[in-house]
Amino acid sequence: MATKAQSRIAAPAVSTKSRTRIQPLTVISLALVALWLIIAAFPFFWTFWGSFKVQSDFFSKTDWQNAIYGVNTIRQTGSPFTLEGYHGAWVDEEFWRNVINSGIVVFFTVVISLTFGTLGGYALARSGRRYAFWLLMAALVFRAMPHITLVSGYLLPFFEWNIWGILPTTIIVLVAINQPFTLWMLHSFFLNIPKDMDESAMVDGCTRFQAFRHVIIPVMWPGVITTGLFSFLLAYNDFAVTAMLLSSENETIIPAINSFLGTTQVEGKVMYAVAAVVSATAPLFVLILFFQRQIVSGLTAGAVKG
Amino acid sequence: MKHRTFFWFILPTLSAMILFIALPIVSVFIQSLFVEHEQVLVVSESCGPFGCTPTTTVDTAATAALQEEQPLGRFNGLNTYINRSHLAFAEVGEAWRNTETFGAFWKQIINLPFYRALIFTLTYTAVVTPVVIALGLAIAVGVNNLPRFLKGPSIFISLLPFLVTPLVGSLILFWMVDSDGVIGATIQRIFNDPSLSLKASTALTWTMLIVYGVWHTLPFSFITFYAGLQTVPEDTMEAAMIDGASKWQRMIHVIVPHLAPLMSFVTLMLLMDNFRVFEPIVSFKAEAHATSLSWIIYNDLRESGNPLYGSAGATSMMTIIGVVILLTPVLIRTWRDFSRKAH
Repeated sequence: MATKAQSRIAAPAVSTKSRTRIQPLTVISLALVALWLIIAAFPFFWTFWGSFKVQSDFFSKTDWQNAIYGVNTIRQTGSPFTLEGYHGAWVDEEFWRNVINSGIVVFFTVVISLTFGTLGGYALARSGRRYAFWLLMAALVFRAMPHITLVSGYLLPFFEWNIWGILPTTIIVLVAINQPFTLWMLHSFFLNIPKDMDESAMVDGCTRFQAFRHVIIPVMWPGVITTGLFSFLLAYNDFAVTAMLLSSENETIIPAINSFLGTTQVEGKVMYAVAAVVSATAPLFVLILFFQRQIVSGLTAGAVKG
Repeated sequence: MKHRTFFWFILPTLSAMILFIALPIVSVFIQSLFVEHEQVLVVSESCGPFGCTPTTTVDTAATAALQEEQPLGRFNGLNTYINRSHLAFAEVGEAWRNTETFGAFWKQIINLPFYRALIFTLTYTAVVTPVVIALGLAIAVGVNNLPRFLKGPSIFISLLPFLVTPLVGSLILFWMVDSDGVIGATIQRIFNDPSLSLKASTALTWTMLIVYGVWHTLPFSFITFYAGLQTVPEDTMEAAMIDGASKWQRMIHVIVPHLAPLMSFVTLMLLMDNFRVFEPIVSFKAEAHATSLSWIIYNDLRESGNPLYGSAGATSMMTIIGVVILLTPVLIRTWRDFSRKAH
């Protein structure tokens, strides 16, 4: 006790923190956090667990505990876990084709968006002129527009030119839709790289492009990776563009899941969709696991500048 | 930076945005001025033993030829904007004249497709945004008080609902509230009503969609506020503590004002994202009770075999105008900041 009192005198800042009288406000806020974490995580656990069951367990009218213990799953397959849903989705419905399509679309969208975005974002960050400002404002308005409003403008011309339904069209559209966001993010990132760096290179005789190539590119990777993560998410999560612009054999994961639901009203096939949904969430889970820090810093990058 | 260099650096991104964002807006506007061709009808007389009767048939070949010749359809001016599926001036006027009370007038308005979608979109945006900001702040403060080793995992868990694909996230919730799903079945048992379904009533459908919206966007405001909390100046907090401010008072008078600029950023982002609410309506199959502006455009374009480009175009134009109105305060403020910095 005595030592505690002494330490309070010695270091007031520490002692006020270690004062352990529990206030009702603290309890409420901790309870709120706990409740939120349960609400945030439970649906994922539930669906992941349930994806290894049969439909009459996952959608059990008699007893919700069936989905946990898998009573009907044991009766039908002899084991409490079954891969039937995954087999149905990946093999019978050829979900792997959609996965390959998604892979192609996402890879090229990210690479092209980042290339265009770094060049443009760098230019906007280094030019203090009025037209640069207006470009950023236009990008903000473009960023806010619902994607489906643009899609209604694409369809007729794409049909006319006969480029509807193929992957390259979708990739370039996703790149364009991605640009406003990428520009804003990389713009604010390049503002944080001191002007002196590339300007001193130019004093030494570099052209603007050489300065960009030799001075800026080596230090820009943290910002590019963060922006790339969000470009990935936009391309991967998109439904409006991919659902309207891809023919059924070129469908990516997300519209494929939606069309599963349209065609699979038959008993048991709902589990195909559940398995596909779990498969589609898995990459995102891995992404958060490895890049949590970058995602958080990216979310707040625009915010800190106000 | 020289104009020339700027031009070459900005060229790729600018041409992508002009070709695939600016020009499509023009294309949407042009489309909205046209409507689909009427089918070419041929009247022929078929004569039988009991006299001749005129029959009308669709001349498919001629219709297709017309379609080929003028893919846009026929010119309709601004009529699409004011027809029954959009602004519906005639119907609104009639309802205004024929109804006694405001309630009755409202009931007629809410049955018009465009207003129905607009009202849901605005309600969704207006409810989800403030709820998400208030709860996000509360949870950020709560997580900030957690011991260090719990902070990382709680951020990890919180990121899941935000980064999950909207269509997939809403499907996951939809399966749970399905009348055979874990939440739906439990609710039926609690109210002892086996026919109770969250999908059957308008009020419950709206609630369900709004709950999904909060679940999906809460992490964004939480994480932004959490990052902001790390920058609250220690000195001010200590000074407030020495002055005898309680935890709640410190929250209201120190933390909230410090986070105010962040709040306007979060509000802007949330408004933009909530205004385009779309995927949950598809996943929840909620169109019987709730439609949004994005959803009616999607629906017009999917009209099987015969997409209604004109109608979709008109709704799109009005949605874009809505977005610009929503952003005007931000644009004006940013412009003021910019000119202050420039001079």
